[in-house]
Amino acid sequence: MTPELMIAGVMLVALVLYTLTGGADFGGGVWELLAAGPRKDAQRRLIDDSIKPIWEANHVWLILLIVLLFVCFPTAFAAVCTALHLPLALMLVGIVLRGSAFVFSHYDPLHGRGALRWGGVFAVASLLTPITLGVVLGALGTGFDVDRATGLVDTDFLSEWLAPYPLAVGLFTLALFAFLAAVYLVREAEDPELRADFRARALGSAVAVGATALVAYLVAPPVIRHDLSVSPWATPLHLATGFAAVTAIYGLWTRRDALARASAMAQVTLIVVGWAVAQYPYLAYPGYTIAGTAAPASVLTPILVALAVGGLVLFPSLAYLFVVFKRRRAA
Amino acid sequence: MTDLLAARAQMAMSLAFHILFAIVGMAMPLLMVIAERLHQRTGESIYRELADRWSKGTAIMFAVGAVSGTVLSFELGLLWPQFMAFAGPIIGMPFSLEGFAFFLEAIFLGIFLYGRDRVSPRVHLLSGVMVLLAGTASAAFVLCANAWMNTPTGFTGSPAAGVTGVDPFAAMWNPAAFSEVLHMTCAAFASVGFAVAGIHAAMLLRGVRRELHRPALKIALAVGAAFALLQPITGDVAAKHVAEHQPIKLAAMEGHWDTERGAPFRIFGWPDEQAEETRWSIEVPYLLSFLAHGDPRAEVVGLKEFPRDERPPVAVVHVAFQIMVGCGLVMIAVAGIGAVFAARRRELPAWYLRLLVVSAPLGVVAIEAGWTVTEVGRQPWIVQGILRTADAVTPTPHLVIPFLAFTGLYVLLGVTVIVLLRRVVFAADRRQAVPYDMSDRTSAEVPR
Repeated sequence: MTPELMIAGVMLVALVLYTLTGGADFGGGVWELLAAGPRKDAQRRLIDDSIKPIWEANHVWLILLIVLLFVCFPTAFAAVCTALHLPLALMLVGIVLRGSAFVFSHYDPLHGRGALRWGGVFAVASLLTPITLGVVLGALGTGFDVDRATGLVDTDFLSEWLAPYPLAVGLFTLALFAFLAAVYLVREAEDPELRADFRARALGSAVAVGATALVAYLVAPPVIRHDLSVSPWATPLHLATGFAAVTAIYGLWTRRDALARASAMAQVTLIVVGWAVAQYPYLAYPGYTIAGTAAPASVLTPILVALAVGGLVLFPSLAYLFVVFKRRRAA
Repeated sequence: MTDLLAARAQMAMSLAFHILFAIVGMAMPLLMVIAERLHQRTGESIYRELADRWSKGTAIMFAVGAVSGTVLSFELGLLWPQFMAFAGPIIGMPFSLEGFAFFLEAIFLGIFLYGRDRVSPRVHLLSGVMVLLAGTASAAFVLCANAWMNTPTGFTGSPAAGVTGVDPFAAMWNPAAFSEVLHMTCAAFASVGFAVAGIHAAMLLRGVRRELHRPALKIALAVGAAFALLQPITGDVAAKHVAEHQPIKLAAMEGHWDTERGAPFRIFGWPDEQAEETRWSIEVPYLLSFLAHGDPRAEVVGLKEFPRDERPPVAVVHVAFQIMVGCGLVMIAVAGIGAVFAARRRELPAWYLRLLVVSAPLGVVAIEAGWTVTEVGRQPWIVQGILRTADAVTPTPHLVIPFLAFTGLYVLLGVTVIVLLRRVVFAADRRQAVPYDMSDRTSAEVPR
């Protein structure tokens, strides 16, 4: 295995972990926005309490991903940032608003009254990030040609992402994050009625995940459909994803919440891995491959060592954080 | 507004905004750990309340710092893709390590802020120390990456031909790294210490909760003053370094046009770039030669040695440098007076409290001015002598739109943070004045 492939593997792990943690945080934003019924405030409080201590740490996966991209695949990073400037900028706006909205709503002693009444804007804006993240990931599958004259990406700054397929992937991502968040919240809620609220939401969003996935497949350009099925891994991956999805719904339906959560996490992981397998060996199709854009080995090898050493410090700390805040407290 | 100017404006605005929050995330953990340690040692609840109150403000500032930092890491590519395509691999090591340090900082901040009831006191204090160490390390790594732009080393190749070989550690420990890390780290602690001391001095002048604000002021002022008094030393290291490695930046800082021996140090003055002279300045003979090279007769290179298209905007750099040094000198004086009071164990008089209120923003102003010096002073280069800023900018059109959008967003955030901090600070004082069981419900009546 080449060093650039190992780095790409680490980036995939970071993307999976960001989806499972940060993605669910954004999904929580969706449910905060859609909070309704007699337990509206309790729903919001549960979401706030679940996300607050881990939001910052969850968020660093995205930073790690972007840093590895610009350090190890610099020309791909430059091309992606150039062609996808607009969706990336919108994604950042969503991150900024969502990240600050947490602390603002949590620490405001007046609870959003007075001068901060427009705080609801934050929640609406938090839909931006899942959609644009999906748009970006969907867009990487087509249209990144290298301009032979300049050596830079040949782009009109719109056509790579302003197309049915990336937009459908954006909606799919939003549904997926909302689904994941609802499944987590079923497990986090201690009040049975609150648990029932989120169980209903989880089942509803599971339907939305299926529907948006179908739409994305139907509008996918031929090259994407080809990529989705060409790898020998594709069929087993699709089957496993489907199995995980069905198990998650079964778990929710029969109130096996731990099973539902594990299956939903497996489902999301498999979806991201499936995307990566379809994308391989391209970072951005067709001009930018993993091998073709990799930095020299003198960069990659020390970074791999740093990642290994950093991981030794990071993972125990991260595990400790989740144990402290996510272990069910003895009643 | 040209696209290049819009990109530079957006980058400058984003950095200026982020720095305000980054320094708080760096320095506040020190104040909180001190308060927490005092609480654990003395058992006095006032220190615990102090640690809790500081942690609220810190959580707000840290969250905004984290998201604005995320924006910056993307903006490197959104605005300067050709810079990153070239420099990304070379300065990848400090950026990757910064990623880990920031990760640890976020993890332990979560435990420190929200985990008091869930972990033992020892672990709680230790997680505060981890936040402090990881936060400072993360800033140091970013500073190493920035220092590389001033003194690029550790690679073979060029932006046009591509990078062929990299020595990541030589790039990270580039010549400017040490002095930049030292000067900026001390600046962060000094300016946050002064800002916090100013807030508590204002509360003392209002006469509320003396038993809380007095120890708070002592801790903040002790930290702020100690680092402010260190700044002339770290500044001297930085200046001597700039004189050696970036003589044109030093010349711009000083508005120094002609190469000469025994060069004077200019106070105030306005550099005229057309006439190539600095007017209306007070000149202190031989001082610049001494400060830059440790010898009053040493030769200091002037701006005229360099072609016009390689000179930075001299007036901006010179004025920013004057502001930074001016703020720093006042802070040193204020710190010195405070040290005298402390040595004599005297109560701080009202006039000194007022002085602290007035000097609260000085450190922050000095930091913004100092970054203006180092960043504008490197122009027209984005990587000194290697890559011009104009050649690094993205081909994306209409860059004025994202510039305006992000400026609007940050103005909104800034205003919200100010309103919120005022509420948090004042609501906490007010709560003591109302009956305990009403404290939450009366929140609507708290004056803004």
